Amino acid sequence: MIIAVAALTLLAGLFGLVLGYSSVRFRVEGDPVVDQIDGLLPQMQCGQCGLPGCRQYAEAVARGEAEINLCVPGGANVVKALADLLGRDPGSGDAAEGPKGRQVAVIDEPWCVGCTVCAQTCPVDAIVGSAKHLHTVLRSECTGCALCVDPCPVSCIRMETVPEDLRTWKWAYPAPAREAA
Amino acid sequence: MSPKPFAIPGGIHPPGFKELSNGEPIAPAPLPDLLVFPLQQHIGVPAEPVVRVGDRVLKGQVVARAGGYVSVPVHASTSGRVVAIEDRPVPHPSGLRAPCIVVKPDGEDAWGERVPLPDWQSVEPSRLRSAVREAGIVGMGGAGFPTFIKLSPGPGKVVDTVIVNGAECEPYITSDDRLMRERPEEVVAGARIARHAVQARRCVIGIEDNKPEAYEALRRAAGDGVEVELVPTLYPTGGEKQLVRILTGREVPSGKLPLDVGVVVQNVATVAAMYRALERGEPLVSRVVTVTGPGVGRPRNLEVAFGTPVAHLLSQCDPRPAQVRALVMGGPMMGFALHDDAVPVVKTSNCVLVDVPTAPAEPALPCIRCGSCSRACPMSLLPQQMYWYSRAKDFDRAREYNLFDCIECGCCAYVCPSHIPLVQYFRFAKSEIVSLDRDRQRADLAKSRHARRVERLEAEKREREERLQQKKKAPAGAAPGAVSEDPKGAATQAAVERARAKQAAKAESDTEAGS
Repeated sequence: MIIAVAALTLLAGLFGLVLGYSSVRFRVEGDPVVDQIDGLLPQMQCGQCGLPGCRQYAEAVARGEAEINLCVPGGANVVKALADLLGRDPGSGDAAEGPKGRQVAVIDEPWCVGCTVCAQTCPVDAIVGSAKHLHTVLRSECTGCALCVDPCPVSCIRMETVPEDLRTWKWAYPAPAREAA
Repeated sequence: MSPKPFAIPGGIHPPGFKELSNGEPIAPAPLPDLLVFPLQQHIGVPAEPVVRVGDRVLKGQVVARAGGYVSVPVHASTSGRVVAIEDRPVPHPSGLRAPCIVVKPDGEDAWGERVPLPDWQSVEPSRLRSAVREAGIVGMGGAGFPTFIKLSPGPGKVVDTVIVNGAECEPYITSDDRLMRERPEEVVAGARIARHAVQARRCVIGIEDNKPEAYEALRRAAGDGVEVELVPTLYPTGGEKQLVRILTGREVPSGKLPLDVGVVVQNVATVAAMYRALERGEPLVSRVVTVTGPGVGRPRNLEVAFGTPVAHLLSQCDPRPAQVRALVMGGPMMGFALHDDAVPVVKTSNCVLVDVPTAPAEPALPCIRCGSCSRACPMSLLPQQMYWYSRAKDFDRAREYNLFDCIECGCCAYVCPSHIPLVQYFRFAKSEIVSLDRDRQRADLAKSRHARRVERLEAEKREREERLQQKKKAPAGAAPGAVSEDPKGAATQAAVERARAKQAAKAESDTEAGS
């Protein structure tokens, strides 16, 4: 009887120590689910979900405060991926639209007055130029979020769809033959 | 006697149709009115033009230089004048247009400067490789990977065997066959060059046993140090990994290259081009193209200057009148349909098929899970599983079934009793996965740039606050000193300081806008 109590007490103490140590030693900073969600988002930082950036949206989704179908640029693929990850319903309301092909902002340079507003709006610093000098968009860095379009005082920024070339061309889904017959 | 070749799994025996054109000796094709040189005739980065509209170019002159490491220059294939640099239809399954340099030949066909390297046996392999690169040589069997990279094993990798691929296993194509029969000494010399470039011990030329004439010709030309081996006729013996297995018994692991098992494989046309580049100083400006199929009255093997439109080649082969012309570049198994007969012959064009039916005649039926595809697959994959997942767009699963090891040879679709276009599904899934990966990379880039921006803004905010704090403290110490000096000096001092502050503010806003 005493041996049993002693043995169990000893074991409990031992496990307590191990657990206590590991909770300090292997502590995870932040919420790993947020990182996973963030990793699925297209990182446009466009704010179309109603939150300032992708990270904030990921945090809101992880807390369960936001629906998973709010990411417009991500489209149905992201909704599906989030539903798979979180085991949640794709959600009610408007299903997010699919992407329409890559878009980039283009500054009509002769009109640019060098106000620097667009450069300050760009969430990924993809616009370069200095005060009273013309600005230009780094095509390769632009995410196509369109946040710079509205603030421009002379409306010289427009969105352009990047044309398909040999590198981005994709094979089509084979024509659905009469397989269901 | 040579050892018995090793066997590969799967494979098929499609009807060859080689007799249509394999009796036709290589004949030079006359030059067309306009030559079109696409800037991208290889896998990798497109070349960059170095000529301008109106420039006169000579045969063999560089018109576009390599645009990066995985890139090679493009040379003019005859002398003439550059008339345009613009987007034109190029040989690609998409039918899209791409940047090309258009040259109007002047009829003189005058060579530019040719710098041979006849003492290649004694030069460093690195010099050999750069000569191969300057000559614009890429894999001419179909893929078009820059040859100099394949000849650079890299540190720590030892290549003991060079295989020269003369299998030419696709039906209809006879360009390599004719090349081996008519110019065996070029192929053998090229094989020696390749062996020297990678410092390999062994050098084997593999030929399918349906080309006995080519085998005999090469064996007579081979001499010391170059082996010539017959391999059984079986499609796709000419696949790089398949030929490695057959000739050496080594299996290239999933996702690896023959280089990883100590082997380099080069096509016969590629090594012949290396011979010409080093012995004669001629860059890659032409190749042998088979034009064949039921749509031409006289199938031929033509030595074609790059840039020659396919339509011009057809006119050399007595085309039969046709309502709808079906053109395929490459063979019937792995080639792709051309949308336009104005597309030019490029470095990778080994064959043009005219009116050869490639799509299955019957519509696709449901998969009956017979497993024929798995037995036919030369890569030992499970096409049936890959098909289900590709069809369902479950790309992660498709990838797990080693979709990217698929060489798109078409054996599975050939044997499928339900006529399912399996390869089309695999190509679709592959390009979709590549595109998703690209999106992911772009997203990661955007994420890191956004994080850096947030960091920068915060740092600026902190700095501003610190400056504010300092200013608040400053008047207590600085003011008495200023008062003690004469008023005029204080005013100048103040103006100088104002100007400095203004400049600093401007510089800051500049860097802000510029960063």
